[in-house]
Parts: sequence; structure tokens; C-alpha cells
Amino acid sequence: MVELIQIVSTWTIPVLIAFIPLYASLRKVPVYESFIDGAKDGFQTAISIIPHLVGMMTAISMFRASGAMDAFVGLIRPLLEGFGIPGDVLPLALLRPITGAGSLAFVTDLIKEQGPDTFVARIASTIQGSTDTTLYVLTVYFGAIGIRNSRYALKVGLLSDLVGFFAAVAACWLMFGLV
Amino acid sequence: MVNWIWMGMIVFSVVFGAANGKMEQVAEAAFGGAQTGVTVCLGLISILVFWMGLMRIAEDAGLVRKLSVLLAPIVRKLFPDVPADHPAMGYILSNMSANLLGLGNAATPMGIKAMQELQKLSAEPTVATPAMCTLLALNTASITLVPTTMIAIRMNFGSVHPADIVAPTLLATIISTGAAILIDRWYRSKNKTPPTSSSIRMNKGAAPPTSQINPSAPAGGG
Repeated sequence: MVELIQIVSTWTIPVLIAFIPLYASLRKVPVYESFIDGAKDGFQTAISIIPHLVGMMTAISMFRASGAMDAFVGLIRPLLEGFGIPGDVLPLALLRPITGAGSLAFVTDLIKEQGPDTFVARIASTIQGSTDTTLYVLTVYFGAIGIRNSRYALKVGLLSDLVGFFAAVAACWLMFGLV
Repeated sequence: MVNWIWMGMIVFSVVFGAANGKMEQVAEAAFGGAQTGVTVCLGLISILVFWMGLMRIAEDAGLVRKLSVLLAPIVRKLFPDVPADHPAMGYILSNMSANLLGLGNAATPMGIKAMQELQKLSAEPTVATPAMCTLLALNTASITLVPTTMIAIRMNFGSVHPADIVAPTLLATIISTGAAILIDRWYRSKNKTPPTSSSIRMNKGAAPPTSQINPSAPAGGG
């Protein structure tokens, strides 16, 4: 099982990189021109994140430097460690559904502080990568059509975020914790 | 909400730092954090440029449409109150396929179009219908094949295997998507006024009963 998961991690990207251009070529798509066309957007996207990430990185770095992060994590750590969840990732679970840039800044800070290949950093990366910013999605989709009463939509989103959080921790235990 | 969190974190840091005698570190962290923010974004350029180029090829090759055909039977089950030949169904399928391929930028306009079409099926345009809630749930928990941003950041900080989060991420998103569907189902059945007496009495015309469930639900649910 663990070997299979590792194969998925190692093979997904190279297989996609080879399969997509091959498939497109067979469908008579001018692949290189398509690639350049789409790649231009990538630059824009990266640049457009800068203000968001600068704002959030500043706040989170200050929060850590003041000692507030350690105090906060210290408070909640005993609650979680019994379940095999490192206390350091809990702020992420709180930030993730609310602000995409904020949670990205948090994970970046954690990776910077603890190193990218630590267990905590891998869990945090998995959490960040595996769920979308629920409040943002709700605002965009329902805002676009003028929904004022969203009924139970937010509850469903937040509850599945919670499940996603535990699933990410469990998946990391399965893959990195037992090896 | 974000405004409050951001402001709160900064003000609290300064107050807490003052109490701990860590003012100097807090001031340094403000500028250090800003610098990390820029560095990280610049580091993202390489992967985002490459990946979005690759994803454009996938789009041009019609992979979204191909995937839509495969997903159709499942999606029809998830949206029982949307007629199979309604334009909303087409947009829902494109939205889900784009999400599955990690085409966030293509998925959003499709999702909004789907929402607009679902609104046409609703009697009260400002109240979310069950179908809208399901679509939203699927979008917040969508299955992720390649978490590009996180791989890029891990690479920037010198990870030995930046891509080893691919499998756990995939696994976690499959579970959370399954959970989103189940939780949505549960709320849907809890909130729906059963389409028995009221809607049947209203449904004197030849309209199919499926489209009739929708208008009656908000009226009953209040």
C-alpha cells in the first residue's frame, strides 16, 4: 500500500507531462504554441499573488516573532497530540477555510522555520494543497448570482474542510509516519 | 472577516511582543515577512508558467470535454433535481472536469455559469437551492491531482522530494470530496420538505415533477 502511494507521488507528474502533449498532438493541437499561450498566464498569476502574500507573510512573521504563535500552539498542543496531530498545524486548520493567502503564508512560514521535509511541514503542505478556501469560493459563486440566503452551504463546506484536515493528517501518517 | 484576522494578528503581535520585550524581533519580522512573501512569489513563477502552459495544452486538446463525458453518469446522480438536458448540467460537468484537472482558472467561470443556470430553475433567486449547495460543496473540496503551488514552495526551500505530497494530497481530497457529498446529502434530506402533498397539489400542469421540487422547497423551508 505504502509503495503504491509512493509510486503515485513519483509518477503522476512525469506521466501527465508526457501524456498531455502526446494526446494533444494526436488531436492535431499545435502543442508548443498552446503551451506558450497558457504559460503567459502563469507569470501574471505569480505576480498577482505578491500583494496578498506580502501582507499575510508580514502578519504571520510578526505573530511568530512576538512569541504569540508559540503561546497559542502551546495552549492547544495537549489537546491534539493524543490524536497524532502536531500542534503546529492547528492554526492552519483555522486559517485555511477563511483566507487562502493567509494559510499559504502560514505554511510557507512553517516550512521556512522547520524545513520542508519534516513531518509537520509535509502535513501542512498536504492540508494547504488539498482544500480550497471555502469562504472565498462561497463569496465568488454565490456573490456572482446575488444569493443572499446560502442556507446550509457554509456548514457543508466547513464540515468537509474538517474531514479534509483529518484525512490529510491520516494520509501523511500512512505515507511518512510509518516508514 | 479577513480584515479582522489580519489586523488582529498584527496588533496582537505588537502588544504581545511589547509585553515579552521582543519589540526588535517583531519589527524585523515585519520586513523579513514581506521579503519572504516576494521571494516565494518569484519562486512560484517557474512552476506556474510551466504548469499553466501544460494545462492550456490539455484544454486545447479537449480533455475537459472528454472528462465531462466520463463524469456525466455520476454527476446526474448528484444533481437529481437538474434535468439531464438542461444547460446547467453542461456547465456543472465542465466545472467539475476543470477542477479535476487542476484548471482553477477555467473552473471558476464555468461554475458561475452553472450557478446562473441553476438560478433559472429556482423560484426564489436570492435563496440557494439544494443543487447550488451541492455544486458549492464539490468546488470547495475538489479532488486535486497535482498541488502545484505547494510543490513549488517546497522546492524553493530545498526539499529533497518536493513532489512526495502528491499522493497524500490526492488521498485527502478523495476523502474530503466523498465527505462533502455525504454531508451535503444529509443536509439536503434534512432541509427538503418532502415533495409529497404540497408540490403535487401545485403540480397540476404537465411539468415534470423534478423541476417542481425546487420551487416548493424554499417556500416550505422558510
